[in-house]
Amino acid sequence: MGDVITTTSATYLANLDVFSGTLQKLAATNRNLLVVTSDSRGSGKLVPFAQNYPKQLIEVGIAEQNLVGVAAGLASTGKNVFAVSPACFLTARSFEQIKTDVAYSNNPVRLVGISAGVSYGALGSTHHSLHDFAALRAVNNLTIVAPADNFESEQAIRQAAELDTPIYIRFGKKPMPLLTEANCPFELGKGRLVRQGDDLVLIATGETVYPALQAARHLDNVHGIQASVVSMHTIKPLDYELLARVAAKGSPIVTVEEHSIFGGLGEACASFLMSNGYRNPFRIMGIPDEYTVTGSQTEIMDHYGLSESGIADRALALLNNQS
Amino acid sequence: MNTNELVRKSVEYRRKILKYIVGANAGHTGGSLSCIDVLNVLYNNVLNVSPETAKSPTRDRYIQSKGHTVEALYVVLADQGFFPESDLETLCQYKSHYIGHPTKKINGVEQNTGSLGHGLSLSVGTAISAKLDDLDFRVFTLLGDGELPEGSNWEAALLASHYKLDNLCAIVDKNTLQISGPTADVCNTDPLDDKFDAFGWAVRHVDGHDFDALQAAFDALPFQAGKPSLIIAHTVKGKGVSFMENQLKWHHGVPNPAQYEQAMSELI
Repeated sequence: MGDVITTTSATYLANLDVFSGTLQKLAATNRNLLVVTSDSRGSGKLVPFAQNYPKQLIEVGIAEQNLVGVAAGLASTGKNVFAVSPACFLTARSFEQIKTDVAYSNNPVRLVGISAGVSYGALGSTHHSLHDFAALRAVNNLTIVAPADNFESEQAIRQAAELDTPIYIRFGKKPMPLLTEANCPFELGKGRLVRQGDDLVLIATGETVYPALQAARHLDNVHGIQASVVSMHTIKPLDYELLARVAAKGSPIVTVEEHSIFGGLGEACASFLMSNGYRNPFRIMGIPDEYTVTGSQTEIMDHYGLSESGIADRALALLNNQS
Repeated sequence: MNTNELVRKSVEYRRKILKYIVGANAGHTGGSLSCIDVLNVLYNNVLNVSPETAKSPTRDRYIQSKGHTVEALYVVLADQGFFPESDLETLCQYKSHYIGHPTKKINGVEQNTGSLGHGLSLSVGTAISAKLDDLDFRVFTLLGDGELPEGSNWEAALLASHYKLDNLCAIVDKNTLQISGPTADVCNTDPLDDKFDAFGWAVRHVDGHDFDALQAAFDALPFQAGKPSLIIAHTVKGKGVSFMENQLKWHHGVPNPAQYEQAMSELI
């Protein structure tokens, strides 16, 4: 038991920083790579990119619908396009352009939602994207990804650059500790088992994977409970094979996401599990159906239990209910 | 094609539009008849695209923002040889690829459209790409006057002039009617020329059924170096069929057998 992959103690960056750094590396050898932004180069950490590759950054101004339509037009000519805007606006203001111009027309735009979830903290609900998984899961022909750490972020961007179909990737801006060593593979559409245990399964995505892993360690250290932890970085297509594998022994399952409890990772997992005969005790952790409490991202996450202690407590309660 | 050939071609196109709308028992009749002369000139005399060059990176692009008048586009694309005309017998039928709006499943269609206010942004992105790569293809998009209140059009119009896209030409099929009534009553967008001029476009008015005038306008592109061009094509909804012209009910009306017979008797 214990961690399949050990963590390291390197200096951690925000996934958003890794995203912008990776784009620069790719742009150095790929003149076809374009970044399209809606006055979001600063918040997207793209100022160095703009300075180093000025001809590869298309600024459209604060006009998210046009951002996505223009990106789709560029992609239709064979350009390798990353459309970058705060996740809250990108996936709501330009939802129809995503649905029609990107997904339906199969223009392979890489939609990058920056400062996702409650990253903007006290700026409030206008700036939170707690709907993006739910809204975009219902759009055909769109991969949806929330990388957990710096490694997953770089891999997600590199693999997205090679895709010939549309993808949405969301990033937060908080420094994220590494879950794994770089020799652990990352593949779009395949979840990563970052810890293995038989008593409990924690399935998390994006920036909630790390607190889920910490909760698993706590449960082990304090209660002797062995938990599996899955980084389900790809929300769609969901890794059904891995889900079936971790659910096979009937252990309780807790899903964790920085998203509304409606329509995200948890309901996607529940749908698969119920439809395929799994009756594991099951709980969804996320943001409840309310406008969030005021606070920093960490304070909001703590408030709703999306923290090491909150996840551990919920898991214990589920285990106790079961017994 | 010379003017006489274009005139004859438009009669043929109008007959086919009605034939396939009647066959499908569905379609946007009035708007297809208002924009067909623009498409006729574009595909026969302006666009450097053909079935052989349908995937060429340097082909001219035509993106139909007012996707609902797809019957006009289908008839022209079939005539150009992008697919067999007999395919249109399946229009809107169960499992047909030929649905009531353009999709890329149909050879020659550049983008899936149907929701209004999308074509101009797509065209701007495509035209920016040409500029980036120093390619000399041009991008044409057909907008309905009824779709202009969609705000995305104005976002795209701003950006087109910001990037000096003189390889972009938008045509407004200004037939002055939309599903609820006269466009001027639903949400007045006039004066269109002043608005686009203020957005940094070079604008011309043209009679959208006058082949020589349309040809002259297209020949004059770009109207001004460094500016996107707008052609305001003044058209008649239902053009060519006396009882359909300027009649709101023919927005998506389907002729009954007697009406179809009368329409065809006029289209000779």
